[in-house]
Amino acid sequence: MATLGHYTSKLTGPVAQSGQCLLFLMRMISSIRFSAAQVRSVLQQIYLIGARSLVIVMICGFFVGMVLSLQAINALEQFGASDQVSLLVVKSLFRELGPVLTALLFAGRAGTSVTAEIGLMKATNQIEAMELMAIDPIQIIALPRFIASLISLPLLTAMFNALAILGSVVFSIGVMDMDAGIFWSKLQTGIYFYKDFVGGMWKSLVFGGLVGLVAVFFGYTAKPTGAGVGTATTNTVVLSSVLILVFDFIMTSFFT
Amino acid sequence: MEQAKIIKTAIRIRDLVFRRGRNTILDGISMDIQQGSIVAFMGPSGVGKTTILRLISGQLKPDEGTIEVNGQMVSRMSDRELHRFRRNIGVLLQDGALFTDLTVFENIATPLREHTDLPEPLLRRLVMSKLNAVGLGGIEDLMPHELSGGMARRVAFARAVVLDPGIMLYDEPMTGLDPIAVSTIRTLMRETNDALGLTSIVVTHNVTQMSQLVDYCYIMASAKIAGEGPPQELNSSTEPSVNQFMNGKMEGPIPFHYQTPGTPWGLLD
Ligand SMILES: Nc1ncnc2c1ncn2[C@@H]1O[C@H](COP(=O)(O)OP(=O)(O)OP(=O)(O)O)[C@@H](O)[C@H]1O
Ligand SMILES: [Mg+2]
Repeated sequence: MATLGHYTSKLTGPVAQSGQCLLFLMRMISSIRFSAAQVRSVLQQIYLIGARSLVIVMICGFFVGMVLSLQAINALEQFGASDQVSLLVVKSLFRELGPVLTALLFAGRAGTSVTAEIGLMKATNQIEAMELMAIDPIQIIALPRFIASLISLPLLTAMFNALAILGSVVFSIGVMDMDAGIFWSKLQTGIYFYKDFVGGMWKSLVFGGLVGLVAVFFGYTAKPTGAGVGTATTNTVVLSSVLILVFDFIMTSFFT
Repeated sequence: MEQAKIIKTAIRIRDLVFRRGRNTILDGISMDIQQGSIVAFMGPSGVGKTTILRLISGQLKPDEGTIEVNGQMVSRMSDRELHRFRRNIGVLLQDGALFTDLTVFENIATPLREHTDLPEPLLRRLVMSKLNAVGLGGIEDLMPHELSGGMARRVAFARAVVLDPGIMLYDEPMTGLDPIAVSTIRTLMRETNDALGLTSIVVTHNVTQMSQLVDYCYIMASAKIAGEGPPQELNSSTEPSVNQFMNGKMEGPIPFHYQTPGTPWGLLD
Protein backbone atom coordinates (compact mmCIF):
# COMPACT_ATOMS: atom_id res chain seq x y z
CA MET A 1 0.00 0.00 0.00
CA ALA A 2 2.71 2.38 1.00
CA THR A 3 4.55 1.88 -2.28
CA LEU A 4 1.33 2.30 -4.25
CA GLY A 5 0.77 5.61 -2.47
CA HIS A 6 4.35 6.53 -3.25
CA TYR A 7 3.89 5.92 -6.96
CA THR A 8 0.55 7.68 -7.20
CA SER A 9 2.02 10.70 -5.47
CA LYS A 10 4.87 10.60 -7.97
CA LEU A 11 2.25 10.82 -10.69
CA THR A 12 -0.11 13.29 -9.08
CA GLY A 13 2.67 15.53 -7.73
CA PRO A 14 3.65 17.12 -11.06
CA VAL A 15 0.00 17.39 -12.11
CA ALA A 16 -0.88 19.22 -8.91
CA GLN A 17 2.17 21.42 -9.32
CA SER A 18 1.22 22.36 -12.88
CA GLY A 19 -2.19 23.31 -11.57
CA GLN A 20 -0.68 25.48 -8.87
CA CYS A 21 1.60 27.05 -11.42
CA LEU A 22 -1.34 27.99 -13.64
CA LEU A 23 -3.22 29.39 -10.66
CA PHE A 24 -0.13 31.40 -9.86
CA LEU A 25 -0.12 32.76 -13.40
CA MET A 26 -3.77 33.79 -13.04
CA ARG A 27 -3.00 35.53 -9.73
CA MET A 28 -0.18 37.43 -11.42
CA ILE A 29 -2.31 38.45 -14.37
CA SER A 30 -5.18 39.55 -12.16
CA SER A 31 -2.84 41.76 -10.16
CA ILE A 32 -1.72 43.83 -13.15
CA ARG A 33 -2.14 47.59 -12.53
CA PHE A 34 -0.90 50.24 -14.86
CA SER A 35 0.67 52.49 -12.27
CA ALA A 36 3.88 54.48 -12.62
CA ALA A 37 5.47 52.45 -9.84
CA GLN A 38 4.62 49.21 -11.61
CA VAL A 39 6.11 50.41 -14.89
CA ARG A 40 9.20 51.61 -13.09
CA SER A 41 9.81 48.27 -11.44
CA VAL A 42 9.31 46.41 -14.74
CA LEU A 43 11.93 48.65 -16.35
CA GLN A 44 14.26 48.05 -13.44
CA GLN A 45 13.85 44.29 -13.85
CA ILE A 46 14.41 44.51 -17.60
CA TYR A 47 17.73 46.10 -16.76
CA LEU A 48 18.57 43.56 -14.06
CA ILE A 49 17.64 40.36 -15.86
CA GLY A 50 17.60 41.47 -19.49
CA ALA A 51 20.43 43.93 -19.98
CA ARG A 52 22.74 41.95 -17.75
CA SER A 53 22.27 38.86 -19.92
CA LEU A 54 23.26 40.83 -22.99
CA VAL A 55 27.00 40.17 -22.96
CA ILE A 56 26.74 36.41 -22.62
CA VAL A 57 24.03 36.28 -25.31
CA MET A 58 26.16 38.33 -27.70
CA ILE A 59 29.28 36.28 -27.18
CA CYS A 60 27.41 33.01 -27.66
CA GLY A 61 25.58 34.39 -30.69
CA PHE A 62 28.83 35.33 -32.40
CA PHE A 63 30.39 31.90 -31.96
CA VAL A 64 27.22 30.03 -32.91
CA GLY A 65 27.18 32.06 -36.14
CA MET A 66 30.78 31.10 -36.88
CA VAL A 67 30.42 27.40 -36.16
CA LEU A 68 27.17 27.19 -38.10
CA SER A 69 28.85 28.68 -41.16
CA LEU A 70 31.78 26.33 -40.79
CA GLN A 71 29.55 23.26 -40.73
CA ALA A 72 27.29 24.59 -43.45
CA ILE A 73 30.17 25.31 -45.80
CA ASN A 74 31.60 21.83 -45.19
CA ALA A 75 28.29 20.17 -45.95
CA LEU A 76 27.26 22.33 -48.88
CA GLU A 77 30.64 22.03 -50.61
CA GLN A 78 29.89 18.37 -51.31
CA PHE A 79 26.99 19.46 -53.50
CA GLY A 80 28.81 22.43 -54.89
CA ALA A 81 26.27 24.68 -53.21
CA SER A 82 28.48 26.56 -50.78
CA ASP A 83 27.15 29.92 -52.01
CA GLN A 84 23.88 29.01 -50.26
CA VAL A 85 25.57 29.15 -46.86
CA SER A 86 24.10 32.47 -45.72
CA LEU A 87 20.59 31.29 -46.51
CA LEU A 88 20.98 28.06 -44.56
CA VAL A 89 22.61 29.74 -41.58
CA VAL A 90 20.16 32.62 -41.26
CA LYS A 91 17.04 30.53 -41.83
CA SER A 92 18.00 28.06 -39.13
CA LEU A 93 18.98 30.92 -36.85
CA PHE A 94 15.77 32.90 -37.23
CA ARG A 95 13.49 29.92 -37.03
CA GLU A 96 15.09 27.65 -34.44
CA LEU A 97 18.53 28.25 -33.08
CA GLY A 98 18.17 31.92 -32.18
CA PRO A 99 15.01 31.59 -30.09
CA VAL A 100 15.89 28.22 -28.53
CA LEU A 101 19.54 28.86 -27.68
CA THR A 102 18.87 32.33 -26.33
CA ALA A 103 16.04 30.97 -24.20
CA LEU A 104 18.28 28.23 -22.79
CA LEU A 105 21.00 30.78 -22.00
CA PHE A 106 18.41 33.08 -20.47
CA ALA A 107 17.05 30.31 -18.26
CA GLY A 108 20.54 29.66 -16.93
CA ARG A 109 21.55 33.29 -16.55
CA ALA A 110 18.36 35.12 -15.52
CA GLY A 111 15.88 32.41 -14.49
CA THR A 112 18.17 31.06 -11.81
CA SER A 113 18.90 34.46 -10.33
CA VAL A 114 15.18 35.28 -10.14
CA THR A 115 14.42 31.98 -8.38
CA ALA A 116 17.30 32.38 -5.95
CA GLU A 117 16.37 35.98 -5.22
CA ILE A 118 12.71 35.27 -4.48
CA GLY A 119 13.61 32.10 -2.56
CA LEU A 120 15.99 34.06 -0.38
CA MET A 121 13.39 36.75 0.26
CA LYS A 122 11.10 33.99 1.41
CA ALA A 123 13.74 32.37 3.62
CA THR A 124 14.40 35.70 5.34
CA ASN A 125 10.68 36.34 5.93
CA GLN A 126 10.56 39.34 3.61
CA ILE A 127 7.62 37.87 1.71
CA GLU A 128 5.78 37.30 4.98
CA ALA A 129 6.54 40.87 6.07
CA MET A 130 4.96 42.15 2.85
CA GLU A 131 1.83 40.11 3.33
CA LEU A 132 1.58 41.51 6.83
CA MET A 133 1.81 45.05 5.48
CA ALA A 134 -1.08 44.27 3.13
CA ILE A 135 1.33 44.50 0.21
CA ASP A 136 0.75 41.78 -2.37
CA PRO A 137 4.15 40.14 -3.00
CA ILE A 138 2.84 38.54 -6.18
CA GLN A 139 2.10 41.98 -7.58
CA ILE A 140 5.24 43.69 -6.29
CA ILE A 141 7.84 40.93 -6.64
CA ALA A 142 6.62 38.23 -9.02
CA LEU A 143 4.74 40.20 -11.67
CA PRO A 144 7.51 42.68 -12.66
CA ARG A 145 10.01 39.85 -13.07
CA PHE A 146 7.59 37.84 -15.18
CA ILE A 147 6.77 40.76 -17.49
CA ALA A 148 10.43 41.75 -17.71
CA SER A 149 11.33 38.25 -18.83
CA LEU A 150 8.51 38.30 -21.41
CA ILE A 151 9.85 41.54 -22.88
CA SER A 152 13.58 40.83 -22.54
CA LEU A 153 13.82 37.46 -24.21
CA PRO A 154 12.59 38.50 -27.70
CA LEU A 155 14.95 41.49 -27.60
CA LEU A 156 17.85 39.29 -26.53
CA THR A 157 16.95 36.83 -29.29
CA ALA A 158 17.12 39.60 -31.88
CA MET A 159 20.53 40.55 -30.49
CA PHE A 160 21.67 36.92 -30.61
CA ASN A 161 20.58 36.67 -34.26
CA ALA A 162 22.36 39.89 -35.18
CA LEU A 163 25.62 38.75 -33.62
CA ALA A 164 25.30 35.29 -35.17
CA ILE A 165 24.95 36.87 -38.60
CA LEU A 166 28.02 38.94 -37.84
CA GLY A 167 29.83 35.74 -36.89
CA SER A 168 28.75 34.15 -40.12
CA VAL A 169 29.95 37.17 -42.12
CA VAL A 170 33.31 37.11 -40.37
CA PHE A 171 33.77 33.41 -41.03
CA SER A 172 32.36 33.02 -44.54
CA ILE A 173 33.50 36.30 -46.04
CA GLY A 174 36.50 37.05 -43.86
CA VAL A 175 38.00 33.58 -43.38
CA MET A 176 36.63 31.53 -46.30
CA ASP A 177 36.80 34.37 -48.84
CA MET A 178 33.23 34.05 -49.99
CA ASP A 179 31.82 36.77 -52.19
CA ALA A 180 30.02 39.38 -50.05
CA GLY A 181 27.56 40.21 -52.82
CA ILE A 182 26.37 36.61 -53.08
CA PHE A 183 26.17 36.31 -49.29
CA TRP A 184 23.75 39.26 -48.94
CA SER A 185 21.74 38.75 -52.12
CA LYS A 186 20.87 35.17 -51.11
CA LEU A 187 19.49 36.58 -47.88
CA GLN A 188 17.47 39.27 -49.66
CA THR A 189 15.71 36.82 -51.90
CA GLY A 190 15.44 33.80 -49.62
CA ILE A 191 14.53 35.14 -46.15
CA TYR A 192 10.94 36.18 -45.44
CA PHE A 193 10.36 38.74 -42.76
CA TYR A 194 7.09 37.34 -41.41
CA LYS A 195 7.61 33.64 -41.96
CA ASP A 196 11.17 33.48 -40.73
CA PHE A 197 11.93 36.41 -38.46
CA VAL A 198 8.55 37.18 -36.87
CA GLY A 199 7.78 33.46 -36.48
CA GLY A 200 10.93 33.08 -34.39
CA MET A 201 10.07 36.16 -32.36
CA TRP A 202 6.70 34.64 -31.42
CA LYS A 203 8.50 31.58 -30.18
CA SER A 204 10.84 33.61 -28.05
CA LEU A 205 7.92 35.52 -26.57
CA VAL A 206 6.41 32.21 -25.47
CA PHE A 207 9.78 31.05 -24.14
CA GLY A 208 10.13 34.31 -22.22
CA GLY A 209 6.77 33.66 -20.58
CA LEU A 210 7.74 30.07 -19.77
CA VAL A 211 11.10 30.91 -18.21
CA GLY A 212 9.61 33.84 -16.31
CA LEU A 213 6.73 31.82 -14.94
CA VAL A 214 8.84 28.82 -13.96
CA ALA A 215 11.51 30.99 -12.30
CA VAL A 216 9.06 33.06 -10.33
CA PHE A 217 6.92 30.08 -9.34
CA PHE A 218 9.82 27.97 -8.09
CA GLY A 219 11.22 30.92 -6.15
CA TYR A 220 7.87 31.58 -4.60
CA THR A 221 7.27 27.96 -3.62
CA ALA A 222 10.84 27.24 -2.51
CA LYS A 223 11.32 25.74 0.92
CA PRO A 224 12.61 28.59 3.09
CA THR A 225 16.01 27.00 3.70
CA GLY A 226 19.41 27.10 2.04
CA ALA A 227 18.95 23.66 0.51
CA GLY A 228 15.37 24.51 -0.49
CA VAL A 229 16.49 27.56 -2.45
CA GLY A 230 19.28 25.53 -4.07
CA THR A 231 16.86 22.83 -5.20
CA ALA A 232 14.42 25.42 -6.51
CA THR A 233 17.18 27.04 -8.57
CA THR A 234 18.17 23.72 -10.12
CA ASN A 235 14.54 22.91 -10.84
CA THR A 236 14.17 26.21 -12.65
CA VAL A 237 16.96 25.40 -15.09
CA VAL A 238 15.88 21.81 -15.64
CA LEU A 239 12.17 22.44 -16.07
CA SER A 240 12.50 25.58 -18.19
CA SER A 241 14.98 23.87 -20.51
CA VAL A 242 12.68 20.90 -20.99
CA LEU A 243 9.65 23.11 -21.50
CA ILE A 244 11.49 25.28 -24.03
CA LEU A 245 12.33 22.26 -26.19
CA VAL A 246 8.87 20.68 -25.84
CA PHE A 247 7.06 23.91 -26.69
CA ASP A 248 9.46 24.52 -29.54
CA PHE A 249 8.44 21.24 -31.12
CA ILE A 250 4.74 21.85 -30.50
CA MET A 251 4.81 25.35 -31.95
CA THR A 252 6.92 24.37 -34.94
CA SER A 253 4.68 21.46 -35.86
CA PHE A 254 1.50 23.51 -35.52
CA PHE A 255 2.55 26.65 -37.32
CA THR A 256 4.57 25.40 -40.27
CA MET B 1 -16.22 59.43 36.83
CA GLU B 2 -13.82 56.57 36.41
CA GLN B 3 -16.63 54.08 35.76
CA ALA B 4 -18.03 56.19 32.95
CA LYS B 5 -15.05 55.34 30.77
CA ILE B 6 -16.23 52.78 28.23
CA ILE B 7 -14.07 49.71 28.15
CA LYS B 8 -14.02 48.25 24.68
CA THR B 9 -12.60 44.89 23.79
CA ALA B 10 -10.28 45.14 20.83
CA ILE B 11 -9.29 41.50 20.57
CA ARG B 12 -11.48 38.68 21.80
CA ILE B 13 -10.22 35.12 21.66
CA ARG B 14 -12.42 32.18 22.61
CA ASP B 15 -11.43 28.53 23.14
CA LEU B 16 -8.63 28.73 20.63
CA VAL B 17 -7.09 25.41 19.64
CA PHE B 18 -4.23 25.11 17.18
CA ARG B 19 -2.40 21.96 16.14
CA ARG B 20 0.58 21.16 14.01
CA GLY B 21 0.27 17.54 13.02
CA ARG B 22 -0.31 15.62 16.21
CA ASN B 23 1.25 18.37 18.25
CA THR B 24 -1.26 20.60 20.01
CA ILE B 25 0.44 23.98 20.22
CA LEU B 26 -2.44 25.94 21.74
CA ASP B 27 -5.15 24.20 23.70
CA GLY B 28 -8.22 26.18 24.67
CA ILE B 29 -6.99 29.74 25.02
CA SER B 30 -9.44 32.55 25.80
CA MET B 31 -8.69 36.20 26.38
CA ASP B 32 -10.13 39.70 26.09
CA ILE B 33 -7.70 42.46 25.26
CA GLN B 34 -8.91 45.97 25.93
CA GLN B 35 -8.71 48.76 23.44
CA GLY B 36 -5.84 51.08 24.29
CA SER B 37 -3.89 48.68 26.46
CA ILE B 38 -0.47 47.14 26.12
CA VAL B 39 -0.54 43.44 26.81
CA ALA B 40 2.38 41.07 27.16
CA PHE B 41 2.53 37.39 26.19
CA MET B 42 5.23 35.66 28.16
CA GLY B 43 6.29 32.10 28.48
CA PRO B 44 9.07 29.67 27.76
CA SER B 45 10.58 29.34 24.31
CA GLY B 46 8.51 27.23 21.95
CA VAL B 47 5.29 27.54 23.92
CA GLY B 48 3.42 29.18 21.03
CA LYS B 49 3.67 32.94 21.52
CA THR B 50 4.63 33.67 17.93
CA THR B 51 1.94 31.22 16.86
CA ILE B 52 -0.77 33.26 18.62
CA LEU B 53 0.43 36.44 16.91
CA ARG B 54 0.23 34.65 13.56
CA LEU B 55 -3.31 33.54 14.36
CA ILE B 56 -4.33 37.10 15.26
CA SER B 57 -2.83 38.50 12.05
CA GLY B 58 -4.67 35.84 10.05
CA GLN B 59 -1.56 34.06 8.71
CA LEU B 60 -2.66 30.86 10.40
CA LYS B 61 -6.19 29.54 10.83
CA PRO B 62 -7.28 28.09 14.17
CA ASP B 63 -8.43 24.48 14.31
CA GLU B 64 -11.12 25.37 16.82
CA GLY B 65 -12.33 28.53 18.50
CA THR B 66 -12.63 32.10 17.30
CA ILE B 67 -10.57 35.27 17.12
CA GLU B 68 -12.37 38.57 16.84
CA VAL B 69 -10.54 41.82 16.21
CA ASN B 70 -12.64 44.98 16.52
CA GLY B 71 -15.75 42.88 16.04
CA GLN B 72 -14.50 41.16 12.86
CA MET B 73 -13.92 37.43 12.82
CA VAL B 74 -10.31 37.01 11.61
CA SER B 75 -10.58 33.28 11.17
CA ARG B 76 -13.37 33.61 8.58
CA MET B 77 -11.96 36.43 6.47
CA SER B 78 -11.56 36.06 2.73
CA ASP B 79 -8.23 37.08 1.17
CA ARG B 80 -9.66 40.46 0.24
CA GLU B 81 -10.98 41.13 3.73
CA LEU B 82 -7.70 39.98 5.23
CA HIS B 83 -5.87 42.43 2.98
CA ARG B 84 -8.02 45.33 4.21
CA PHE B 85 -7.75 44.14 7.80
CA ARG B 86 -3.96 44.10 7.66
CA ARG B 87 -3.70 47.76 6.75
CA ASN B 88 -4.81 48.39 10.29
CA ILE B 89 -2.29 46.17 12.03
CA GLY B 90 1.42 46.68 12.40
CA VAL B 91 3.62 43.65 12.95
CA LEU B 92 7.20 43.54 14.10
CA LEU B 93 8.49 40.08 13.20
CA GLN B 94 10.92 38.28 15.46
CA ASP B 95 13.87 38.82 13.10
CA GLY B 96 12.86 42.20 11.70
CA ALA B 97 12.61 40.98 8.08
CA LEU B 98 13.87 44.18 6.47
CA PHE B 99 13.84 44.25 2.67
CA THR B 100 17.48 43.53 1.91
CA ASP B 101 17.52 45.26 -1.48
CA LEU B 102 16.14 48.58 -0.25
CA THR B 103 17.83 51.30 1.79
CA VAL B 104 16.70 51.97 5.34
CA PHE B 105 14.73 54.95 4.06
CA GLU B 106 12.93 52.94 1.38
CA ASN B 107 12.22 50.16 3.86
CA ILE B 108 10.31 52.54 6.10
CA ALA B 109 8.73 54.31 3.14
CA THR B 110 7.40 51.12 1.53
CA PRO B 111 4.11 50.88 3.48
CA LEU B 112 3.50 54.60 2.90
CA ARG B 113 4.13 54.32 -0.83
CA GLU B 114 1.80 51.36 -1.09
CA HIS B 115 -1.09 52.64 0.96
CA THR B 116 -1.00 56.44 0.78
CA ASP B 117 -0.57 59.13 -1.86
CA LEU B 118 1.61 61.41 0.22
CA PRO B 119 3.70 63.88 -1.76
CA GLU B 120 7.42 63.10 -1.63
CA PRO B 121 8.49 65.92 0.78
CA LEU B 122 5.82 64.97 3.31
CA LEU B 123 6.66 61.28 3.01
CA ARG B 124 10.31 62.13 3.55
CA ARG B 125 9.50 64.16 6.65
CA LEU B 126 7.36 61.35 8.06
CA VAL B 127 9.99 58.66 7.48
CA MET B 128 12.72 60.82 9.00
CA SER B 129 10.62 61.57 12.06
CA LYS B 130 10.06 57.85 12.68
CA LEU B 131 13.74 57.18 12.17
CA ASN B 132 14.64 59.95 14.62
CA ALA B 133 12.15 58.55 17.10
CA VAL B 134 14.05 55.26 17.23
CA GLY B 135 17.29 57.21 17.62
CA LEU B 136 18.70 56.44 14.18
CA GLY B 137 18.46 59.76 12.34
CA GLY B 138 21.20 59.91 9.71
CA ILE B 139 21.37 56.26 8.68
CA GLU B 140 18.61 56.46 6.06
CA ASP B 141 20.93 55.74 3.13
CA LEU B 142 22.50 52.59 4.58
CA MET B 143 21.53 49.15 3.35
CA PRO B 144 20.15 46.61 5.87
CA HIS B 145 23.30 44.45 5.75
CA GLU B 146 25.29 47.46 6.96
CA LEU B 147 23.31 47.65 10.21
CA SER B 148 23.95 45.89 13.49
CA GLY B 149 21.28 43.50 14.75
CA GLY B 150 19.93 46.02 17.22
CA MET B 151 19.83 48.81 14.63
CA ALA B 152 18.00 46.56 12.17
CA ARG B 153 15.41 45.79 14.80
CA ARG B 154 14.85 49.48 15.48
CA VAL B 155 14.45 50.18 11.77
CA ALA B 156 11.94 47.33 11.57
CA PHE B 157 10.16 48.92 14.51
CA ALA B 158 9.96 52.26 12.70
CA ARG B 159 8.62 50.51 9.61
CA ALA B 160 5.96 48.68 11.61
CA VAL B 161 4.57 51.86 13.18
CA VAL B 162 4.88 54.17 10.18
CA LEU B 163 1.24 53.81 9.11
CA ASP B 164 -0.02 54.40 12.67
CA PRO B 165 -2.00 51.16 12.77
CA GLY B 166 -4.78 50.50 15.28
CA ILE B 167 -3.23 47.30 16.54
CA MET B 168 0.44 46.57 16.99
CA LEU B 169 1.90 43.09 17.37
CA TYR B 170 5.51 43.03 18.54
CA ASP B 171 7.47 39.77 18.55
CA GLU B 172 10.34 40.28 21.00
CA PRO B 173 11.04 43.93 20.15
CA MET B 174 13.74 44.35 22.80
CA THR B 175 15.93 41.30 22.28
CA GLY B 176 19.49 42.24 21.45
CA LEU B 177 19.15 45.94 22.27
CA ASP B 178 21.32 47.86 24.67
CA PRO B 179 19.65 49.32 27.80
CA ILE B 180 19.40 52.82 26.33
CA ALA B 181 17.73 51.56 23.16
CA VAL B 182 15.41 49.45 25.30
CA SER B 183 14.20 52.48 27.25
CA THR B 184 13.86 54.45 24.00
CA ILE B 185 11.73 51.77 22.40
CA ARG B 186 9.75 51.25 25.57
CA THR B 187 8.94 54.94 25.88
CA LEU B 188 8.07 55.03 22.21
CA MET B 189 5.71 52.08 22.53
CA ARG B 190 3.97 53.65 25.50
CA GLU B 191 3.73 57.07 23.85
CA THR B 192 2.42 55.89 20.49
CA ASN B 193 0.04 53.61 22.27
CA ASP B 194 -1.44 56.33 24.45
CA ALA B 195 -1.36 59.11 21.90
CA LEU B 196 -3.13 57.11 19.21
CA GLY B 197 -5.23 54.83 21.37
CA LEU B 198 -3.58 51.73 19.93
CA THR B 199 -3.83 48.27 21.29
CA SER B 200 -0.48 46.52 21.50
CA ILE B 201 0.56 42.96 22.12
CA VAL B 202 4.19 42.37 23.03
CA VAL B 203 5.84 38.97 23.09
CA THR B 204 8.78 38.95 25.41
CA HIS B 205 10.97 36.92 27.70
CA ASN B 206 12.21 39.77 29.81
CA VAL B 207 10.21 39.96 33.01
CA THR B 208 11.61 43.19 34.46
CA GLN B 209 11.40 45.17 31.22
CA MET B 210 7.79 44.24 30.87
CA SER B 211 6.75 45.06 34.41
CA GLN B 212 7.60 48.68 33.60
CA LEU B 213 5.68 48.79 30.36
CA VAL B 214 2.58 46.66 30.12
CA ASP B 215 -0.89 46.95 31.60
CA TYR B 216 -1.70 43.30 31.58
CA CYS B 217 0.19 40.11 31.17
CA TYR B 218 -0.54 36.55 30.05
CA ILE B 219 1.84 33.80 31.03
CA MET B 220 1.67 30.70 28.90
CA ALA B 221 2.84 27.23 29.80
CA SER B 222 2.07 23.84 28.26
CA ALA B 223 -0.26 25.17 25.55
CA LYS B 224 -2.49 26.97 28.05
CA ILE B 225 -2.60 30.25 29.90
CA ALA B 226 -1.03 29.54 33.27
CA GLY B 227 -1.63 32.94 34.75
CA GLU B 228 -2.83 36.42 33.87
CA GLY B 229 -3.08 39.81 35.49
CA PRO B 230 -1.30 43.12 35.87
CA PRO B 231 2.47 42.61 36.25
CA GLN B 232 2.53 43.53 39.96
CA GLU B 233 -0.01 40.85 40.77
CA LEU B 234 1.82 38.20 38.77
CA ASN B 235 5.06 38.97 40.57
CA SER B 236 3.53 37.77 43.79
CA SER B 237 1.56 34.91 42.27
CA THR B 238 1.75 31.54 43.94
CA GLU B 239 0.64 29.54 40.90
CA PRO B 240 3.64 27.19 40.35
CA SER B 241 4.29 27.77 36.60
CA VAL B 242 3.84 31.53 36.92
CA ASN B 243 6.06 31.69 39.95
CA GLN B 244 8.70 29.57 38.25
CA PHE B 245 8.73 31.71 35.12
CA MET B 246 8.66 35.10 36.84
CA ASN B 247 11.55 34.15 39.07
CA GLY B 248 13.48 32.16 36.50
CA LYS B 249 13.74 28.98 38.54
CA MET B 250 15.04 25.72 37.14
CA GLU B 251 12.73 23.54 39.20
CA GLY B 252 9.02 23.61 38.55
CA PRO B 253 6.31 22.40 36.23
CA ILE B 254 7.82 24.04 33.10
CA PRO B 255 10.42 21.68 31.58
CA PHE B 256 13.56 23.15 30.09
CA HIS B 257 13.90 20.44 27.44
CA TYR B 258 11.69 20.33 24.39
CA GLN B 259 9.11 17.61 24.79
CA THR B 260 8.22 15.53 21.78
CA PRO B 261 4.57 14.59 21.56
CA GLY B 262 4.36 10.81 21.53
CA THR B 263 7.71 9.81 23.01
CA PRO B 264 9.32 7.35 22.85
CA TRP B 265 7.31 5.88 20.00
CA GLY B 266 7.86 9.03 18.00
CA LEU B 267 11.28 7.59 17.22
CA LEU B 268 9.68 4.93 15.08
CA ASP B 269 7.75 7.33 12.82
N1 LIG C 1 6.34 25.98 10.61
C1 LIG C 1 6.26 25.13 11.65
N2 LIG C 1 6.07 23.81 11.45
C2 LIG C 1 5.97 22.94 12.48
N3 LIG C 1 6.05 23.29 13.77
C3 LIG C 1 6.24 24.59 14.06
C4 LIG C 1 6.35 25.58 13.01
N4 LIG C 1 6.52 26.78 13.59
C5 LIG C 1 6.52 26.56 14.91
N5 LIG C 1 6.35 25.25 15.21
C6 LIG C 1 6.27 24.66 16.56
O1 LIG C 1 5.27 25.37 17.26
C7 LIG C 1 5.66 25.56 18.61
C8 LIG C 1 5.46 27.00 19.00
O2 LIG C 1 6.31 27.82 18.23
P1 LIG C 1 6.36 29.39 18.43
O3 LIG C 1 7.22 29.93 17.35
O4 LIG C 1 4.99 29.92 18.53
O5 LIG C 1 7.10 29.51 19.84
P2 LIG C 1 7.45 30.83 20.67
O6 LIG C 1 6.65 30.77 21.90
O7 LIG C 1 7.30 32.02 19.82
O8 LIG C 1 8.97 30.58 21.02
P3 LIG C 1 10.18 31.64 21.09
O9 LIG C 1 10.03 32.35 22.35
O10 LIG C 1 11.39 30.76 21.09
O11 LIG C 1 10.10 32.52 19.88
C9 LIG C 1 7.10 25.07 18.73
O12 LIG C 1 7.06 23.87 19.44
C10 LIG C 1 7.56 24.82 17.33
O13 LIG C 1 8.32 23.64 17.30
MG1 LIG D 1 8.62 33.33 18.86
